[in-house]
Amino acid sequence: MKVRIKFAKRGVMKFIGHLDVMRYFQKALRRARIDVKFSEGMSPHMIMSFAAPLGVGLTSEGEYVDVELRTPIATKKALEQLNAVMVEGMEILDFRRVPDGKASKAMSLVAAADYAVRFRKGCAPAGDWQSAISGFFARKSIPVIKETKKGETQLDIRPMIYEMKVNAGTVFMKLAAGSAANLKPELVMEAYLSWKGYEAKPFALEVNRLEIYGDLGKDGRHRFVPLGELGETVTEEEVLSLETAGEGQTA
Amino acid sequence: MRSLALSDEILLQVEKPARYIGNEVNSVMKDPEQVAIRFAMCFPDVYEIGMSHLGIQILYDLFNRREDTWCERVYSPWVDLDKVMRERQIPLFALESQDPVKDFDFLGITIQYEMCYTNILQILELSQIPLMAADRMKEGCDWAYPLVIGGGPCTYNPEPLADFFDMFYIGEGETSYDALLDLYKECRQKGLSRKEFLLKASRIPGIYVPAFYEVTYKEDGTIASFSPIEEGVPAAVHKQVVMDVTEAPYPKKPVVPFIKVTQDRVVLEIQRGCIRGCRFCQAGMIYRPTRERSLQMLQENARDMLQNTGHEEISLSSLSSSDYSELEGIVNFLIDEFGEQNINISLPSLRIDAFSLDVMGKVQDVRKSSLTFAPEAGSQRLRDVINKGLTEEMILRGADEAFHGGWNKVKLYFMLGLPTENEEDRKAIAHLANEIAVKYYEIPKDQRNGKCQITVSTSFFVPKPFTPFQWASMFRPGEYLGFARTVNHEIKEMLNQKSIRYHWHEADVTVLEGFLARGDRRTSRVILEAYRRGALFDSWTEYWDYEKWLQAFDATGIDMDFYTMRQRGENEIFPWDFIDCGVTKQFLQKEWQKALKGEVTANCREKCSGCGAARYGGGVCVESKN
Repeated sequence: MKVRIKFAKRGVMKFIGHLDVMRYFQKALRRARIDVKFSEGMSPHMIMSFAAPLGVGLTSEGEYVDVELRTPIATKKALEQLNAVMVEGMEILDFRRVPDGKASKAMSLVAAADYAVRFRKGCAPAGDWQSAISGFFARKSIPVIKETKKGETQLDIRPMIYEMKVNAGTVFMKLAAGSAANLKPELVMEAYLSWKGYEAKPFALEVNRLEIYGDLGKDGRHRFVPLGELGETVTEEEVLSLETAGEGQTA
Repeated sequence: MRSLALSDEILLQVEKPARYIGNEVNSVMKDPEQVAIRFAMCFPDVYEIGMSHLGIQILYDLFNRREDTWCERVYSPWVDLDKVMRERQIPLFALESQDPVKDFDFLGITIQYEMCYTNILQILELSQIPLMAADRMKEGCDWAYPLVIGGGPCTYNPEPLADFFDMFYIGEGETSYDALLDLYKECRQKGLSRKEFLLKASRIPGIYVPAFYEVTYKEDGTIASFSPIEEGVPAAVHKQVVMDVTEAPYPKKPVVPFIKVTQDRVVLEIQRGCIRGCRFCQAGMIYRPTRERSLQMLQENARDMLQNTGHEEISLSSLSSSDYSELEGIVNFLIDEFGEQNINISLPSLRIDAFSLDVMGKVQDVRKSSLTFAPEAGSQRLRDVINKGLTEEMILRGADEAFHGGWNKVKLYFMLGLPTENEEDRKAIAHLANEIAVKYYEIPKDQRNGKCQITVSTSFFVPKPFTPFQWASMFRPGEYLGFARTVNHEIKEMLNQKSIRYHWHEADVTVLEGFLARGDRRTSRVILEAYRRGALFDSWTEYWDYEKWLQAFDATGIDMDFYTMRQRGENEIFPWDFIDCGVTKQFLQKEWQKALKGEVTANCREKCSGCGAARYGGGVCVESKN
């Protein structure tokens, strides 16, 4: 059984990098007695895949990791067992069964993500920096200079911004994410500030990822669906029926 | 949500911010209002090293079992954060509460190797605690600063650090800490002074308060006398030892770091001490007598610790695992119980024989792993001098069995600069490596797995206190490198030289380690001066700077040769002689004389050699009598 775990990463946990979050989950799954499937071969490892790595310094209310289970477990029980072994700042929000197979892999589904961005205390530009956000979002194109290995190239980031608005000092954005196109919220804020002639101070922003989406749209029209909603809650009855059907202890 | 001592801006600019935030699984949080004693437990090196240390986990667990005590952890800030903390005057903090260390009742520092001595000064300075214990005891200060207490193997010669510490705890922490903490609480409740507390503490077994002792020196620089200067302070300090290691507290919920640390696994200490009696080995003397934990206790702990941490690896820990009498029992248990759960099992310090090859074949990939031998000396003559009971025949037989079992990588560890060592002994290292390669190439081509890889590593021998070699002289860095060149040259002459790789250790760091290991109270001036000149993280090759130390010797007028280039006389009083480590000086002297004659001494199971540790009435000393 393949499950998709949704979790929050808050507070001081923002200083734990992606690779260490993976290590954290491997140990947490063992502590919670979730029976995870291992890869074959000389050095077996847990079969797990994270949707989209979160940078150091960012918090999140909507991270996803897919895990292959050896023994099925009901959503309610799994949430209890996992949350009993979490550290402060990590919370398991959901645990759902998703279809098997590569096509449903969280990482390959990622198309967009929501972010809430605000300035750290004392780091906001002086004056009314918020009122021009809607004007910025209304622009047809937003060219930015991007530094690459070969030098600088110009890039229009406007097509990767799906939504942008501000409310009481917090900027909300829906941005392209994933392997096809990926836009960082810090880059959008930088472009906005420089467009308005404000100076961007380093480490001024607090970024909170809110949700990660897949795209079920067709013919060039987006229909963003949270990755978790592509799965089903696992009930006790389902676990029981799987066990009798023999899907249980197949290693 | 906890708030941190460092701002986001700082944490996002330093390497691995996870070193400084605490919050790890199994770290202990308490309400500071509800405890009487705040204890900061420090390993003076970077987080990844400090977190790998079993002793701290044991004491952390032991102290936090007390409702009246909150023990927290402190490690050396890495050089990047060190700079920021100095610039901005940020006081060093404990990981759990993130509160400044200077506000704690105790700062405990474990001292595991000599090359961390400058880091101890860094910890004190960043904590904004005066470096000199005398400045902390000045009138008016009294309880303004935490009590700074040292422990660990280097405190068997605490004298080079005596000026910086209020107290040392000599021996195993499980025995006297409760008495010390109870005494502290009582003294503070009664409103006693720092000095009054220290006077009482000096009477607790194992506690050494340097300020209450005076050293006088002879004209030749050696010690004339060492004696207490306060009423009621004992003349000798007795090492503490836990006799029932099965019943002694053991941390069932060790702290699990977020970042990868050196020892990223469950560590199961199967026994303490070693029966072997190698004459260069300090651990083999000071942890006597050898005491074993029961198989049942280890099985329970293995289960609980893996469950509580989620670690995917478990390792046995001891000085010589093959001497543990229930080794087969514990190893088979681990394989049967955890093999199915994809838990890796690591078995260090195993003697290579049929049993160990069999179990190693079960728990690791034979093609990838290598076998380790530590003959320590190349010739049988010199192995007899150091009392290393490993013969060439045993090594070759072990290697042969291993090669037939599919291994083709061998690591060999040796020391250079041992007492009585000559040119032939050094060349014998190359010959032994070659003989092992010969064994490999005797196997028919179609039955072996390509070439064999033999890695020879040499370190330079450092005489340590409380060993039979504590009387021995060292050599100069240039001489040490000459020894290594001899080995290197001889290896190049060998038929199988293409299968042998050779690494050797740095020589100048060895000499300094030797100076610190057998230093006295005057040594502290050099440590302080080197630190003032920027010496820090001396055990890290990239920060090691011998020049700074040489300048410190110049500036203080202290002669390093007095400490390193001198064979000590039979009747010389050593700076550490006031410590009773269980093994008598007479025994060590006898062993030193036997070494010079190349005579071996039987191990503790074969025959008691009367080292003195039998007086504790337990462990291997009473095994056969039960």
